[in-house]
Amino acid sequence: MIRFENVVKQFGTNRVLDGLDLEIPEGKITVIIGKSGEGKSVTIKHIMGLLTPTSGRVFVDDRDLSTFSFEQLMDLRRSIGMLFQHAALFDSLSVFENVAFPLKERRSMKESDIKKRVFEVLDQIGLPDIADKFPGELSTGEKKRVGLARALSPNPRIIMYDEPTTGMDPLVSEMIDNLIVDVGRWNPELTSIVISHDLKAALETAENVVMLYKGKVQLAGAPDKFRKVDDPIIRQFFAGKVEGPMEFM
Amino acid sequence: MIVLICGFFIGAAVSLQVGTIFVIFGAEGMLGAANGKALSRELSPLITGFLLAGRAGAAITAEIASMKVNEQIDAMEAMAVDPIDYLVVPRLIAGVVMLPMLVGIFNLVGQIASVIVGVMIFDIDQGAFFQKMTTIVTPEDIWSGLQKAVIFGGIISLFSCKFGLEASGGAKGVGVATTTSVVTILLILLFVDFGITYIQIAL
Repeated sequence: MIRFENVVKQFGTNRVLDGLDLEIPEGKITVIIGKSGEGKSVTIKHIMGLLTPTSGRVFVDDRDLSTFSFEQLMDLRRSIGMLFQHAALFDSLSVFENVAFPLKERRSMKESDIKKRVFEVLDQIGLPDIADKFPGELSTGEKKRVGLARALSPNPRIIMYDEPTTGMDPLVSEMIDNLIVDVGRWNPELTSIVISHDLKAALETAENVVMLYKGKVQLAGAPDKFRKVDDPIIRQFFAGKVEGPMEFM
Repeated sequence: MIVLICGFFIGAAVSLQVGTIFVIFGAEGMLGAANGKALSRELSPLITGFLLAGRAGAAITAEIASMKVNEQIDAMEAMAVDPIDYLVVPRLIAGVVMLPMLVGIFNLVGQIASVIVGVMIFDIDQGAFFQKMTTIVTPEDIWSGLQKAVIFGGIISLFSCKFGLEASGGAKGVGVATTTSVVTILLILLFVDFGITYIQIAL
């Protein structure tokens, strides 16, 4: 279980999170939605300890991250996989080396086991034959899938997806969404956190949806709750209209 | 290759300039010694440092800046890999080890060029040329240049990485980081070179 308690995050005069209270259940797919600049990426960076709150506390497994030593924080990061918005593959490394990177850096696996694991995850994401290619030779969708393979290779217990389908055509988007659901199925104990603008996909893939607005949770719960709610801000976001009570900066 | 070419032509040009003046005083036999001193103490470390900053330093900044703006550094941190350990430390070691070696090559090629200019253009006796050069250019001269090279190598690597890691703002940010890095490093090298020379002379 991941919990945010009254978290404020301020960059200069810009208060991105403004007393955020949030619970992310274990072993489920949680999709965090909200318009740009609402602090979705900032929220997941707090979970990894890449950012620290200006005030408030973040708990992972009931342990306050602010009390973590550097080594504990590194251990936590090793237990989290992250798919970045643009995949963030290392250009100078091949697909194999990219996927093997987190395993090699841990220095606890034999070369033969690393090789086996890399081909296993490449197979899972449906790209078993591209191990020797470099990121520059891949399509955007392939890059995303290799990024996912890299995130999955060390068997994380939490996986985070930062805008996994942004800028993709509908077919590739659906393929990535299906993969997110499949990854959750392969490992029922895996906690998945997805940041998305794509409401339709969010409601189809999520078991738990959180909408952020003005640095706080506007609504959280099962997808059905969002379909039925009467909140004008959520309705406006669903309708994708500029006119309405939602403020744009 | 660039160090070889620069070393040869700078050694040749300095020898021509110095030789032209020495001829007036009938001291052309001192050409090798003067060129050796100038190269080993000052020109080799500084010019090789400039070359390294312009070529390897710019490449380091551009590569790391590109990684930064494409979230690759964030990805590294997210995988519990320290970018300083992974990216900066190996480059620092490479800079500190490689620049003195390049300076050694620059010195050697520059002196070969000086011999060619001295013997072929100023008609200096080879024996006299080498005798003066080996008497006047001491191991201390070479050592003082190598000391500078070690420090310059560290400066080039560290500042190249620093500007790369601080880049922001997409492709434009990569360009800005690279230009700022090269210009700043060149100025720092000039300043530090003067400081080291002052200390070496004072001691």
